[in-house]
Order: sequence, then C-alpha cells, then structure tokens
Amino acid sequence: MIEKIKQRFPDIEHLPARSEEHPEGSEFHQFVVPADQLRDLALFLRDEPDLAFDYLFCLTGVDWPTEGYLEAVYHLESTRQGRQVVLRARTANREESAHLPTVSDIWPAANPHEREVYDLLGIIFDGHPDLRRLLLTDDWVGHPLRKDYEDPVNMIEL
Amino acid sequence: MGVEKKDLQQLVSQHELGTVISGGNGGNILVTSLDKVVNWSRKNSLWPLVFGTSCCAIEMMATGAARHDWSRFGTEVARATPRQADLIVIAGTIVNKMAPVLRRLYDQMAEPKYVIAMGACAISGGPFFYNTYSVVKGADHVIPVDVYVPGCPPRPEALLYGIMQLQKKIEQERMGQRVKSMEDFERGLL
Repeated sequence: MIEKIKQRFPDIEHLPARSEEHPEGSEFHQFVVPADQLRDLALFLRDEPDLAFDYLFCLTGVDWPTEGYLEAVYHLESTRQGRQVVLRARTANREESAHLPTVSDIWPAANPHEREVYDLLGIIFDGHPDLRRLLLTDDWVGHPLRKDYEDPVNMIEL
Repeated sequence: MGVEKKDLQQLVSQHELGTVISGGNGGNILVTSLDKVVNWSRKNSLWPLVFGTSCCAIEMMATGAARHDWSRFGTEVARATPRQADLIVIAGTIVNKMAPVLRRLYDQMAEPKYVIAMGACAISGGPFFYNTYSVVKGADHVIPVDVYVPGCPPRPEALLYGIMQLQKKIEQERMGQRVKSMEDFERGLL
C-alpha cells in the first residue's frame, strides 16, 4: 500500500508506523501532504480499488506556534481492506492564509469535523458548503484552541 | 377564638413555644407544630429533576439504582419536568452555553425549591477552574445553592449524606422565611 502511494505521489513525506526499524513511529502510517496535493491524494486513496479508503474516522487540527503553521490531521480507514492511514496537511502560515481545500465532498463525514476545526483553530476550508461555527456561539471572537488565545473574562490563568 | 393576640403572644414567649401568626378573622395560629408537620412532609418527599450534564450524573444514577437507593429517603420519582420537581441536583459541569438553560429550569420550578450542587464542577468549576474559556466556575454563579456535596465524583453514599443534610436544613425552616428572593441572589446576598 505504501509503495503504491509513493509511486503515484513521489514527493510526499512518509512517516512510518511503529516497528522494529522505526521505534519512534506512531500507530499509523502518516503522510505529510502539501495543501495543493491534498484533494488529488484523497481522491486517489478513495477511488483506487486496492486501497479503497472509504471511511474518514477522524479529522482534527493541530496548532504549531513554534513552526508557524496550522495542521489538519485526517484519519482514514478502509472498511474493505481493514487498513488505516493518516494524512497531515499544513497551512502556509497562521494568520492570513490558513486555508486548506475541503474534503467534505469526498467523505461527507468531514462536514461537521471541518466546521469544528474552523471554529476552534481557525483553518478555513475552501469549498466547504456551510463553514460556520459549530460548538461556540456564532458571535464568538477568536479561536480558542490556538496556543496564543487569551480570554481575560473567562480564563483564569494558572 | 376569644384570645387576644397580645395575650397569646405573651404566653407564647413566656413559655418559649414558638411564633404567633395571624390566621385571619381574628384567629391566631401557633406555628411550631404546623411547621414541624409541613417540614416533615416536605423533607421526606423531595422529588428531584432529571438533570445531569456530566460524569456526576452517572453517580447520581447509581444513587438511584438498587444498591444505594435514594427512594429510601423519599426521592421516589425523578420528574422530567421542572414544574413538578422540587429539588435540582446539579450533577455535572455547567458550561457557558448551559448556564441560561439551568437558570430557566430553576425559574420554572415552583416554590419550595432546593438545590444541591454535586461534585467539584458544580461547586467551583472543579478541575476546569484554570485555563478554560467555557466552564462556569461554580453553579452558584447561576442559581442559589443549598447544599454542596464535594467529590469528583462524590460516591453515592456522599450524595445520600448531602440529601440528609438538606433534610436537616428543611427541618429548620419557619413559615415566614421560606421563599428565597432572586433579587437578593442577584445582589449577592444569598
């Protein structure tokens, strides 16, 4: 599976899963995808018959303030083949162009997940049919899960 | 029937029997035994509202289940509507989105109504006191609380002890002093 993906997308970084040669790997194989190749890779993973990743079981976001970008993490599973893979897509920077293409038309489960990531971290998903806040009230200012979020009214600093 | 209020008052205060209130039509009522009866019946049939937001709700369910049974203490049915409940056990975290809902439920309850704050989150925000944008730091910012039951979550025995403490509190009520004023609460006096 990994070879097939690497063959089709040769310049995507692969972080291998935990094994004897890679003791620091995580549970799943991870691919770091640039934002412009995200949709191509997503369609390839879903439509290729041997891979058939038809189930997006998690979509979350990560804030890397020291590295200077925001990241969306996609957990995919193939219900037919029984395999999981993780994709990581990074934005260009944290302020102006925190944009990523949407995958909600590829996997419909991404619709509320992307709304949540937009709500709490501020990543704007281009092409999302209804991008608005999900958990917080509609008039909330700011994105709370960013590391530099400050709220002097509600938050008591430790 | 024929006793003047002033004389009755003297008699009562001489022998320390309780308070005298006017019963209308020239009659006077000695309220202590009446108080006792009313308080006894109120404390032994506290019906709670089904209200659990978080993990304390599981412990509240355990308190209502067979092993630690709270219907031994009179809380026989948990009502689903606040209109028919007289106790609200705040079992769980109150977040900023939930606070107006809790206030509305409390306002919809009829007097006499009592509140037990169960668990650390309802007492003071608990583990979410620091560094969170969404948790109300204690349910007593929203409604006036009678009894605080500490724990995270408190064991069913602890909640039963809290119910017993509330019963002791109800025993001491007197007729003129029962209703809590929400203006007082909002001014921070309750």
